Amino acid sequence: MAKLATTENNTPFLQASQLFHRFGPTEILENINFTLEAGKVISIVGPSGGGKTTLLHLCGDLLDVTDGKVINRFESQAFAFQDARLLPWLTALENIAFSLKAKGVAKNHRRKLAAKMAYRLGLVKEDLDKFPKDLSGGMRQRVAFARALVLEPELLFLDEPFSALDIGLKRELQSLLIEWVTNKNLSIFFITHDLAEAVQLSDEILVLDADPGRIVKRVKIEKCQSERDGEFIHQQIRMLLDDPLIIETFELNFNNRQQEAS
Amino acid sequence: MNAITNILKEFPRYLWSGWGAIASLFLFLAVWDLGNQINGSLTLPSPKETFIALWQLMQTAQLWQDVQITVERALWGFLISLVLGTFLGMLAGNFVTASMMSRPIITLIMGVPPIAWIVLALIWFGMSDESVIFTVVIAAFPIVFVGALQGARTLEGDLNDMANSFQTPLWMKLTDVYFPHMFSYVFPAWISALGMSWKVVVMAELLSTPDGIGASLAVARSHFDSAAAMALVVIMVIILLLIEYLLLEPIKREVEQWRS
Ligand SMILES: Nc1ncnc2c1ncn2[C@@H]1O[C@H](COP(=O)(O)OP(=O)(O)O)[C@@H](O)[C@H]1O
Ligand SMILES: [Mg+2]
Repeated sequence: MAKLATTENNTPFLQASQLFHRFGPTEILENINFTLEAGKVISIVGPSGGGKTTLLHLCGDLLDVTDGKVINRFESQAFAFQDARLLPWLTALENIAFSLKAKGVAKNHRRKLAAKMAYRLGLVKEDLDKFPKDLSGGMRQRVAFARALVLEPELLFLDEPFSALDIGLKRELQSLLIEWVTNKNLSIFFITHDLAEAVQLSDEILVLDADPGRIVKRVKIEKCQSERDGEFIHQQIRMLLDDPLIIETFELNFNNRQQEAS
Repeated sequence: MNAITNILKEFPRYLWSGWGAIASLFLFLAVWDLGNQINGSLTLPSPKETFIALWQLMQTAQLWQDVQITVERALWGFLISLVLGTFLGMLAGNFVTASMMSRPIITLIMGVPPIAWIVLALIWFGMSDESVIFTVVIAAFPIVFVGALQGARTLEGDLNDMANSFQTPLWMKLTDVYFPHMFSYVFPAWISALGMSWKVVVMAELLSTPDGIGASLAVARSHFDSAAAMALVVIMVIILLLIEYLLLEPIKREVEQWRS
C-alpha cells in the first residue's frame, strides 16, 4: 500500500495506556502503559499466571478492552500462540499456508511460500505432509511460528514461541527475527520467560509481576540486537538479577514452574 | 476426488490387515461347535448345521425379499435420524438455552428401552413400516443429535480465536474450521447410529411386522427351527460386518487420518 510521505502520524506504533483488565472479580492487569514503535521489540517477562497472555490478547484485539486504551496503528499483524493452535485436520504445510489462504493468496503460490518458510525454520520436506498429531512439540511450535511469519506482518505477537525448541534452533529463529527487525522494520511484542532471550531480542524489557499483573520494572537496551554477543547478554542478565525486584519475580516464577512440573 | 482414489488404493492392504480378525472368527466358530457338542442341536445347532440351513435359506427368494425390506427400513430410519439429528443438534448447539433444555429430553428418550417404544409405536401406527421406522429413529436420532450438539457447542474455542486472529473470512472458516470440526463429531455419531439402526430394526420387525428378517426370526422361533434362527442371526451379522468393514471402516480411515 502506498503510504503518504513523512508526517509523524504515519509511523505505526502500538500503545497501551492505563490498561486494566479483570476476569470476573479477579484483577488480572493493573495500569499497564507502554509504547511499541516500528522496528522495535518489546519483551514481557514475568511469572506464569501473571497476565502476559491476557495482555497480548488485549493488545492484539483478540480480547475486548474494558478499561483503558490500546491504540494499534500497524497495518498488518500476526500471532504465534503459546499453544500452537494448529488445525488437526490439516497437514503441517496446509497449516502454515492457512494464514495466507485467509489473505486470499492463490493455492500454488501460498504452498510455495509456506514450504519456503517451513524450510527456513528447520522443518524438512517429510514433515510437511504430516498431521499435527505426528509432529513433535517443537515442530508444532515451528509450524505455528511459520504460519505467522509467512505473512510478513508489520507487527508480530509472539507468546513464548520458543519454549519447546532446543537451543540451536532457538538461536537460529532468534537471528531470523533480528534480521527482520533490522532489515524489514518488523516490530515484535514478545512474551518469554527466558531472560537471555529477552535480552537478546528486546529494545525494552517489561517485567510483569503477578496478582495483579503490573509492570514493576522497565529496562531499555540501546545496543543494536545484531551486536549483542554472549558476553553482553551475560552482563545484562547479571545486571538485571542484581535488582532484588527481579529476583523476587523470577524466584516466584521458578517456584511456580517447579510446582507445575511436580 | 482424491479421497476416493485413496480409499481404493488402500483397500487391498486394508483387506490383508484383516487376517487377525479372521483368525479370531475361526476361534469363535470352534467355541460355538464345542457349545453344540455339549448342549445338543436343539439348543445350539452346530456351525455346520447352521451354514447348511443358511445355504438352503439363500436359495429361497423369500430371504432376499426379507433382507431387502429390512435393509430399506433400517436405512430409512437411519437417514431420517441422520438428517434430523444433525440439523437439530447443530441448531440446538448454537443456543445455550436450547442445548440445556434438550439434554434432559434426550436422556429421557434414550432412557426408555427400545422395546417400550415398539409397544407405543404399535399402538400409534399399528403393524406397519412406520412402526419399525419410528422405533429405529427413536433409537438412532439421539446419538446423532448429541454428536452434532457437542460439535456445535465446541466450535467457539482456541481454534476459532486463531482463525479470527488471521482475519479469516467466513466462508473459509466454514470450510476449513467449522465443517471439519463438526464432521469430526458427527461422523462417529453417524456410524454408531447406523449400527444401532440395524440392531433395532430387527427387534422392531420381530414384534411388529409380518415381513423382514425380524419377522422370519419370529417364524423360526415359533417352529422351534433353531438352525434357521441361527442362520438368520448369521445373515444379520454378516450384513453388519459388510457395512462396517467394507464401507464405513475404509471411509473412516481416509477421512480421519489426522486423528490420533
Ligand atoms: N478467559 C479467562 N477467563 C478467566 N480467567 C482467565 C482467562 N484467561 C486467563 N485467565 C486467568 O488470568 C490469569 C492470567 O493468565 P495469563 O494471561 O494466561 O497469564 P500468563 O500468560 O502470564 O501465564 C490466570 O490466573 C488465568 O487463570
Ligand atoms: Mg501465557
